Amino acid sequence: MNIVVCVKQVPDSAAKVVVEEGHITWGDAPLVINPWDEYAVEAALQKAKEHGGKVTALGLGKEEETEALKHALAMGCNEAIMISDPALVRIDNLAAAKAIAAAIRKMDEVDLVVFGKQAIDSDTGMMAAQVARLLGLPALTLVSAIPALDPDSKTIRVVRSIEEGKQVVEGKLPAVISVGKDYGEPRYPSFMGIRKAARATIPVWGLEDLGIEAPSPVVLWSEVMNPPVRDVTTEIIEGETPKEIAEKLADKIMAEKVI
Amino acid sequence: MMTNKVWVFVDQFKGEALPASWEAIGEGLNLAGTMGGGVTALVFGKDAESVAQNALHYGADEVFFADDETLADYRAEPYVSLVSKLAKENPPEVILFPTTTRGREIAAMTAVDIESGVLVDVVALDVEDGKIVATRPVYAGKILTKVTCDARPLIITLRGRAFTKPEPDETRTGVVTKVNPALSSDDIATQVIEYTQAEGGVSLTDASVIVSGGRGVANNPSLTPPDGMDEKEAEIWRAQQGFKLVGDLAGVLGAALGASRAAVDADYIPYEHQVGQTGKVVSPDLYIACGISGAIQHLAGMRTSKVIVAINKDPEAPIFTLARFGVVGDLYDILPPLTEALRQRLGK
Ligand SMILES: Cc1cc2nc3c(=O)[nH]c(=O)nc-3n(C[C@H](O)[C@H](O)[C@H](O)COP(=O)(O)OP(=O)(O)OC[C@H]3O[C@@H](n4cnc5c(N)ncnc54)[C@H](O)[C@@H]3O)c2cc1C
Ligand SMILES: Nc1ncnc2c1ncn2[C@@H]1O[C@H](COP(=O)(O)O)[C@@H](O)[C@H]1O
Repeated sequence: MNIVVCVKQVPDSAAKVVVEEGHITWGDAPLVINPWDEYAVEAALQKAKEHGGKVTALGLGKEEETEALKHALAMGCNEAIMISDPALVRIDNLAAAKAIAAAIRKMDEVDLVVFGKQAIDSDTGMMAAQVARLLGLPALTLVSAIPALDPDSKTIRVVRSIEEGKQVVEGKLPAVISVGKDYGEPRYPSFMGIRKAARATIPVWGLEDLGIEAPSPVVLWSEVMNPPVRDVTTEIIEGETPKEIAEKLADKIMAEKVI
Repeated sequence: MMTNKVWVFVDQFKGEALPASWEAIGEGLNLAGTMGGGVTALVFGKDAESVAQNALHYGADEVFFADDETLADYRAEPYVSLVSKLAKENPPEVILFPTTTRGREIAAMTAVDIESGVLVDVVALDVEDGKIVATRPVYAGKILTKVTCDARPLIITLRGRAFTKPEPDETRTGVVTKVNPALSSDDIATQVIEYTQAEGGVSLTDASVIVSGGRGVANNPSLTPPDGMDEKEAEIWRAQQGFKLVGDLAGVLGAALGASRAAVDADYIPYEHQVGQTGKVVSPDLYIACGISGAIQHLAGMRTSKVIVAINKDPEAPIFTLARFGVVGDLYDILPPLTEALRQRLGK
């Protein structure tokens, strides 16, 4: 089994992200692996262990943005590759999907491509579907379990989480999946893994290596803003007894006319 | 066939449309108002005739209706191929989707087919000098962006509950045009084997009222768990007693049940209920947080709620900074009389 897992580097979920002088900044908050992608790496490593094979972590970003790939290596991925090119800075989702799809085409015989559900910076949640479409592969998104996978008959069966419940879907390999948090807790990097990752050299693939033209973005962020300050005055409801507090609070809630 | 410039994809499941679809038709009408013409709804499925009719009631004046076995269970391929085929034959200016799991996916893949851009999970749409400008939250709502795209047809997905749902009018009529599927069953590489419905109850993303519980629901030392439980079992048992109180209040309010990640990770309640950055992003009219501290990742999922009520023992809990009303106290003391008081006022 040849498995590719795509990981992105993002500001920590606890970071204070604001717009200053027209630019987005998160101060000195650390950059980490996109939290959803940890679930994706976990799924990839489990399947590689069950069926034999290797896991390649794939990232797209600036050459020095290797934090997510190093984390994936430390968790146990066998290799990491970075797609980076000056022409790939400030692109939109579809342009990024084209670069990622080109990199997957360049690798030989990939059986499974695994994505996280969503990147917590751009919050688009479309990459798995777009890369699948570009590669002409089935997209099995929002996967919470992979009850069956057979590299010989080239089939995969997944459980998807949708609004109405769970859907069990079967598809042919190679396939593209995206993994949700309900897949199960991702492992922590081991001490050995961290040491290995620190020493790893990560090959960089530019547009020339991918053999594609610079994809041009069509979606533009024309302005970034801090959201309007929520102007709430918090009213603390007090009283002698819980019953008295409850009665007062119930009146206040009714007066808001939201129920 | 008419040539409306605005199309709206109606997301339905087993003959039932998701409410965000009607919100999208409402916003589609606003947009059509600036461009001329009406709204064309896309309704695909099997035995979804009533959804096509409803689309007219909610304001579409034309429906492209595909009724076929291959569209019975949602799979991306047949849905996407049909949207793309229609959009290539008779390109509209804009195709709106609700930001549901299916809507997001079909939008993403259609954009590949028609080489266009997607403005995703949009919360406001404006037309400035004839140009469509969408507002969307990024970085879990810490930042708002204005986004534009010159490619056409432009694909936009609209966040649920960010746009007003129009009033349906059953006297409204329009043209329902039958369309054929773009793929035959042999062309489709995936197969739906089985489907299990989520346990009943109000869906979080559509809910106008949500009552949520956090780690605090397990904190009632005076409860004595049944004999023979180990520590973890006793903790979960306690949490269940707490969630019973949270659930009672939700019941009286017709509310959906939410939870913090800490409550989910401790196995108090299934993941479907998690609100926050790695759970569901919700925007109800009323959000009642019980025993939730208000970590930044939780706030990311509920900060746009209209009225927030917090019940927490700790006066310093960050959740109070967003709350309109707060009670500093024990949820085990406050919830039963609060449920009763609201029951009386609502005449239930
Ligand atoms: C990458 C990442 C993603 C995350 N995503 C999410 C997410 O999607 N959603 C989410 O919720 N969290 C998320 N978190 C976790 C988040 O950081 C917090 O850990 C979590 O929200 C805390 O849950 P809590 O408020 O229930 O628990 P705690 O922080 O432990 O708070 C419990 C609260 O209950 C109060 N309390 C205790 N007993 C009682 C009582 N008897 N009566 C009343 N009040 C009581 C306490 O005062 C306290 O404020 C994420 C974290 C990370 C790192
Ligand atoms: N720049 C990137 N590099 C590597 N993987 C990415 C990148 N952007 C997105 N992804 C993958 O695509 C998933 C969905 O991202 P998005 O569609 O951008 O929200 C993420 O969870 C990652 O698995």
